[in-house]
Amino acid sequence: MTAGARILEVADLSVSFVTESGNVSAVDHVSLDLAPGEIVGVVGESGCGKSVTAMSLAGLLPRSARVTGSVRLRGTELIGAPETSLRRVRGKEIAYIFQEPMTSLNPVLTVGRQIGEVLQVHERISRKQARARAIELLSLVGIPSAATRVDNYPHQLSGGMRQRVMIAMAVACNPTVLVADEPTTALDVTVQAGILEVLRDLRDRLGTSILIITHDLGVIADIADRVVVMYAGRVVERAPVTELFAHPHHRYTNGLLNASPTPGRHAGTDRLQEIPGLVPVLTTQPDACTFADRCPAADDTCRGSAPPLAALGVADHLVACWHPVEAT
Amino acid sequence: MTILTVPEAETSPSLTRRTRVFRRLRRNPLAVISFVILAIAVLVALLAPWIAPHSVEDTDFGNIFSPPGTPGHFLGTDDLGRDVLSRIMFGARASLEVGLLAVLTALVIGVPLGLAAGYFRAFDAVIGRFTDLLLAFPFLILAVGLAAIRGASLGNAAVAIGIAQIPGVIRVIRSDTLRLKSLDFVAAAVVDGASDLWVLSRHILPNATSVILVQATVALPAAILGEAVLSFLGLGIQPPDPSLGTMLATAQQFAARAPWAATLPGLVIMILALTFNVFGDALRDALDPKGDR
Amino acid sequence: MARYLLTRAWHSALTLVLASVVVFLGIRALPGDPALALAGEDRSPEALAAIRAEYGLDRPLTVQFGHYVERALQGDFGSSIRTGIPVSDMLRTALPVTIELSFLAILIATALGVGAGVVAAVRRGRPAEWVANFLALVGLSVPHFWLGLLAILYLSVATGLFPASGFVPFFEDPVGNLHHIILPALILGTGLAAIIMRQTRSAMLDSLSADYVRTAKAKGLSPRAVIGRHALRNSLIVVVTIVGLQLGGLISGAVVTEQIFGLPGFGKMTIDAVFQRDYPVIQAVVLLTATAYIVINFLVDLVYSLIDPRIRVAGDAA
Repeated sequence: MTAGARILEVADLSVSFVTESGNVSAVDHVSLDLAPGEIVGVVGESGCGKSVTAMSLAGLLPRSARVTGSVRLRGTELIGAPETSLRRVRGKEIAYIFQEPMTSLNPVLTVGRQIGEVLQVHERISRKQARARAIELLSLVGIPSAATRVDNYPHQLSGGMRQRVMIAMAVACNPTVLVADEPTTALDVTVQAGILEVLRDLRDRLGTSILIITHDLGVIADIADRVVVMYAGRVVERAPVTELFAHPHHRYTNGLLNASPTPGRHAGTDRLQEIPGLVPVLTTQPDACTFADRCPAADDTCRGSAPPLAALGVADHLVACWHPVEAT
Repeated sequence: MTILTVPEAETSPSLTRRTRVFRRLRRNPLAVISFVILAIAVLVALLAPWIAPHSVEDTDFGNIFSPPGTPGHFLGTDDLGRDVLSRIMFGARASLEVGLLAVLTALVIGVPLGLAAGYFRAFDAVIGRFTDLLLAFPFLILAVGLAAIRGASLGNAAVAIGIAQIPGVIRVIRSDTLRLKSLDFVAAAVVDGASDLWVLSRHILPNATSVILVQATVALPAAILGEAVLSFLGLGIQPPDPSLGTMLATAQQFAARAPWAATLPGLVIMILALTFNVFGDALRDALDPKGDR
Repeated sequence: MARYLLTRAWHSALTLVLASVVVFLGIRALPGDPALALAGEDRSPEALAAIRAEYGLDRPLTVQFGHYVERALQGDFGSSIRTGIPVSDMLRTALPVTIELSFLAILIATALGVGAGVVAAVRRGRPAEWVANFLALVGLSVPHFWLGLLAILYLSVATGLFPASGFVPFFEDPVGNLHHIILPALILGTGLAAIIMRQTRSAMLDSLSADYVRTAKAKGLSPRAVIGRHALRNSLIVVVTIVGLQLGGLISGAVVTEQIFGLPGFGKMTIDAVFQRDYPVIQAVVLLTATAYIVINFLVDLVYSLIDPRIRVAGDAA
């Protein structure tokens, strides 16, 4: 799954925000990639920069964001691309699913209208055709009696159904990349499994590549092929999912895994709370390991220079740590 | 959106809320300018009897409609030869007086009702209907009614304006009370067996002060404008007592002959209301815990 | 929706009854003998007795109230004690002027206010926002009657572009009618425009930072569609209620504006009545204003429930 051409390549992506109290660095030299039909999970605590990374892909960050680095979609550079060409990418090439299905849907437009809207923008079809397609899409994501639901307003649907609507809207134009930012966090555990099933099913049927952002290792274990672990704006570890769960090299990953059980367990019962300390808010990225303050193995090397992301053991298992946990 | 809630780096976390509000106000040039203008206006109004160049009732028929700049009459004279500057000073004094009276009326009645409506479910519906009833009588119609029953006067104008402002006060106090009631420390006090009156006076009212303050800065300029309207129509302050509104009413008849007399009092009303509004906006921004917007 | 509207209708009806009680008691609170007040010039014992009989002033208050409501429902508000003209006839000529003036003012205010509010929110932190904010503050702070005076002084008298006062009925001379009423409407609309602008701006700022706007952007919609279809549509719901609540202020403003421009409307009738102690007219004016306010706000609720699907379908939500 990891072989073959890369659909999406993110290299050295850095994002900082200009705020009243100075610059805040949110993402620091993040690199990751996505192959066709692959599901990559990005995991980390809130504030680690995973959502900012996701939003920066199609240029959706607010104006106060300073973005550098490279995001290539099928070889085309998106960072610095003009707004008009980014608009053609959004929803058509890179589509998004957001965390809060209640607030992410417009309360005063019917779901059919909101789904149809994407089609009308990107495929120049009539409102009537768009509505017919919306009904098809609603049944594709498993909404019963789609023909009547299409005229519902968001508040008439349950949380799980709203998230299915979000997915229908995202896949309407058959996008190359689907970015799902905490797609299951706001939902009940039983509903979560259904949503993940829909995503997996879409990948299998349409060959969509999916980047799934979550703080829930259960979700990763359930759906992802590869994992990127982020901490304080940096990638600390990157590996295929089974490899990562079997041999975590970074103590942060280790902490996450200890805080929640092994692959195959049910999604979403645990949160990452058991590593003492908080993700630091950084005005500048220090030349040091950002995890040093919370790390039991930290020494002067860790506080003096930032560890590079390098392979350890297996070729596609990268870790950024001066004193990695060795494979056993 | 999570990415926008990057925590504000606390430069000095020990600062109390009050100092932070003051610091924000000091840093806002509009707040400083409006405060200075207001301070001057209040001083002039308070000291008018001592600093006004002429008595407000001194007529000088040999010297009517002198334009601004006339020696001895910096802003000119009116149709009876009275000094416009002196009358503006006293008029501003009356405006502020009516404004304060009206807002006090609105607060004295509105705050307890707002607290009750937000705190006791049983009162909410009754007070809600009362609010609806008050809203149905616009301040001018109230003033018309009051003038019909009790005659037109400064006091009645203030009462009419104040009554019309009660619904606004009730609304904001009620919603703030609802918000505060749901907070932990209030719930804790209730669990500890504190009486309703204790919770309201010790916990909710002190925390609602900033909302009351902001509402007062919204209501004051509205009341000043209201006074001007009523006096202009003859429903407020009665001539020959000086009021910016009555000055304009007189000036209207002679507007072609003495345009300045029709311009200056209005300008003063506008500046008073504008500075109150600007200061009120700045105060609301400074009190806003979110810190932006 | 039916349930929501029923509650609103019940509240409106209750307020209407309370308001009529207040007006009724207000008339009874007049100093001295109400018969004297109602009698006007002719104060002979016979005339007073006739008035007492006509208004039932010798009967218990509750009976009087019933009588009063009955007459009001029939549109009978008595006659002016100065001119003897039935109040209902006076209203018939005065109301159309005021309604036209207010309607135009609302139109102007909404167009200006919503436009400026959207610009201020979209151009946040740029000069366009500062200008819009400042204009709104001035609009809130300027005494409208003074603005009217200035307009007459500098636009009508000095340039002759607009008539300084007077009125022509719309159906006699539509162009002349608009010519007479446009300036007063513009001036009456400024305050409302400022209020609408500030509400629109803050509602737009809220909706522009809402998650569904992020979704709309992520779908690749143009800024125009994002702002117009997604953000503005949600903000307008707020604006509609504001217009309803500001109606009281608008009525007050209309009274003054008519006075300044000499428009023969409801406001001028009111002020004249106060100075002539024409109690039947004052009573009718107060009662009618309250009724109009209550009825129109009920209609606003109706409109509100039509634009906001969350209320429209609240009954059958899943």
